Amino acid sequence: MIEIKNLHKSYHMGSNSLHVLKGINLSIKEGELVAIMGSSGSGKSTFLNILGMLDNLDEGEYILDEVPIKNLNETKAANYRNKFLGFIFQSFNLINYKTAWENVALPLYYQGVPRKERKERAIKHLESVGLGPWIEHLPSELSGGQKQRVAIARALAAEPKVMLADEPTGALDSTTSREVMDLVQKINDQGKTILVVTHEDDIAHMCKRIVHLKDGVIVEDSYVNQVRASEYVQ
Amino acid sequence: MGIFDRDLWNEVFSTLSKNMLRTVLTTLGVIFAIIILILLLGATTGMSNGFNKIFAGTASNSMFMWTQTTSMPYGGFERGRRIDFTLEDVDLIKRQVSEVDIIAPRIQSGSATVIREGKTSGSGVYGDYPSISLVSKKRIVEGRFLNQSDIDESKKVCVIGLDAYKLLFDKGENAIGKFIQVNGIYFMVVGVYKRNDNINFEGENAVFVPFTTFQKVFNTGNKIGWMAILIHPGKQVKVAENKIKTLMKEKYNVHPNDVRAFGSFDMSEVFTGISAFVMVLQGFSFFVGIFTLLAGVIAVSNILLITVKERTNEIGVRRALGATPKIIKRQIILESIVLTTFAGLIGFVISVAVLHFLDYKFGASEDFPFVNPTVSLLQITISFILMVTLSVLIGLIPANRAVKIKPIEALREE
Ligand SMILES: Nc1ncnc2c1ncn2[C@@H]1O[C@H](COP(=O)(O)OP(=O)(O)OP(=O)(O)O)[C@@H](O)[C@H]1O
Ligand SMILES: [Mg+2]
Repeated sequence: MIEIKNLHKSYHMGSNSLHVLKGINLSIKEGELVAIMGSSGSGKSTFLNILGMLDNLDEGEYILDEVPIKNLNETKAANYRNKFLGFIFQSFNLINYKTAWENVALPLYYQGVPRKERKERAIKHLESVGLGPWIEHLPSELSGGQKQRVAIARALAAEPKVMLADEPTGALDSTTSREVMDLVQKINDQGKTILVVTHEDDIAHMCKRIVHLKDGVIVEDSYVNQVRASEYVQ
Repeated sequence: MGIFDRDLWNEVFSTLSKNMLRTVLTTLGVIFAIIILILLLGATTGMSNGFNKIFAGTASNSMFMWTQTTSMPYGGFERGRRIDFTLEDVDLIKRQVSEVDIIAPRIQSGSATVIREGKTSGSGVYGDYPSISLVSKKRIVEGRFLNQSDIDESKKVCVIGLDAYKLLFDKGENAIGKFIQVNGIYFMVVGVYKRNDNINFEGENAVFVPFTTFQKVFNTGNKIGWMAILIHPGKQVKVAENKIKTLMKEKYNVHPNDVRAFGSFDMSEVFTGISAFVMVLQGFSFFVGIFTLLAGVIAVSNILLITVKERTNEIGVRRALGATPKIIKRQIILESIVLTTFAGLIGFVISVAVLHFLDYKFGASEDFPFVNPTVSLLQITISFILMVTLSVLIGLIPANRAVKIKPIEALREE
């Protein structure tokens, strides 16, 4: 599903330049649930942003579902993101004046799905994350865990090939984190490819594979026995 | 997704309506600008209408001429000589000056007494031809004005002003057919006039009698007091005025450079002055209005610019979810247009209401030149097109700012 070959990325600030990613090679198959770990500043977010086409790579190859991702202009990147990718952020990034279902329906709007169908599909996804009674609520009326579930529903709504989550549990307490991870695991069970950036070991072990980043390269890449989040959830 | 796509508009309207306070504050500038523009235009129209009302019934291509005293010695005469125009002069001018259409000579008496049943009015008494109404029309409220048969038969009839009526008659009393005494001679009242908002030389305390009757009763011979002169359409009053004066100076042995011997008043000058004034006023209104509007629209742009910054995160999220730069740009520009148009409509409604109120308050007033202050459809259309065009142009600034935001940077911003 994802092929990364010799990926390099530097940031330039004035005369200084910071080489963040120094030759990443990674291959992820469909249906994998991969945790990306590493210390702060190791380039996890940078890597994920490149995968998410929010940022450009300097050197190397990126192939997503057999489509080489290169020479992206803003419009093309937007269309690819819309078609291929679902995002989950640490800070949820919901639009605060839109209700839960309107937030979830937004990617569908950019896909050109008619309004009625948008609402139906948004509601379906909200129900699948257990937020059926909350469809008309504004983000400010939801708890952190609920907000993140709205964000997950939104990422699901566009039916992407890959879901990218940057510290999805970073702003949540441990119980809520497990609930969210339980949801992530269930979505993965249905075959969706998911990448999760995390600091926390227990979250990483709820994935099927853990990739360690250090000093801009992958230092460790291993498959693990997945811990089911539901074992913690009452 | 075309520009008429319902979803696009939904997106714009929901964004604006869900940020109501911001929306309202943004629009204030444009609302005020439109109010100012429309009020200025309306006031100008009202003023112009007001002037038209004042001069209603007065021919613009007309003049008045009378005699004064000479200021230079000439042809054996000393200065300070008084000349009187006569009916012969009227005929002479009519024959010699081709620009002249109609001359209505008038004679007046400074010392007539007007009495009715012991009441004295102190009215001025004028001998007139009916043709005077072609130059300056009286508003007859009852009866009629003088006519040709009054002249031909030197009838002892008169038309009186409302003030004279009030002084001579009881309230509500019918004056028509009643008699008043002028210097001891009975005249039958045939008409009562009300002062026009018109330029008015006589006021309302006046008694008009047929010219020929005046001649006989006051024994004035063929002397006249002054003449109201109507100039042929398309001919210049000034030219006629000079010709007439030259002619009269020759006839009465007045020094060619004596400017004081004859007095005159060129009505067309007043009209030209007023229409120039109205035009300047109109231009000024548009000028001020447009700049106020520009300021208002810039305020919208400014606030949109601020909100774009505020909405950096939102825009980043939209971009991450698949909004192309074009979609973002279009949304911001549409927001600008919708805000401005919405503000414009509110401004129009408020200002039209204010204009109606002003009309109601001052429209009927006699001494304030302000009638029916409206804006024309053309003016509204121009303002509207201008407003929308400005809002598109000005909306480009925040729109371009918005698309410059990189999604990744926007998402980092908390
Ligand atoms: N836009 C940028 N301009 C300059 N430097 C940047 C930029 N984005 C990231 N960096 C730098 O690149 C390095 C990697 O950042 P990145 O956000 O990828 O780290 P991270 O692994 O996600 O860290 P954390 O766990 O704290 O989120 C950091 O040193 C950071 O300061
Ligand atoms: Mg990070």
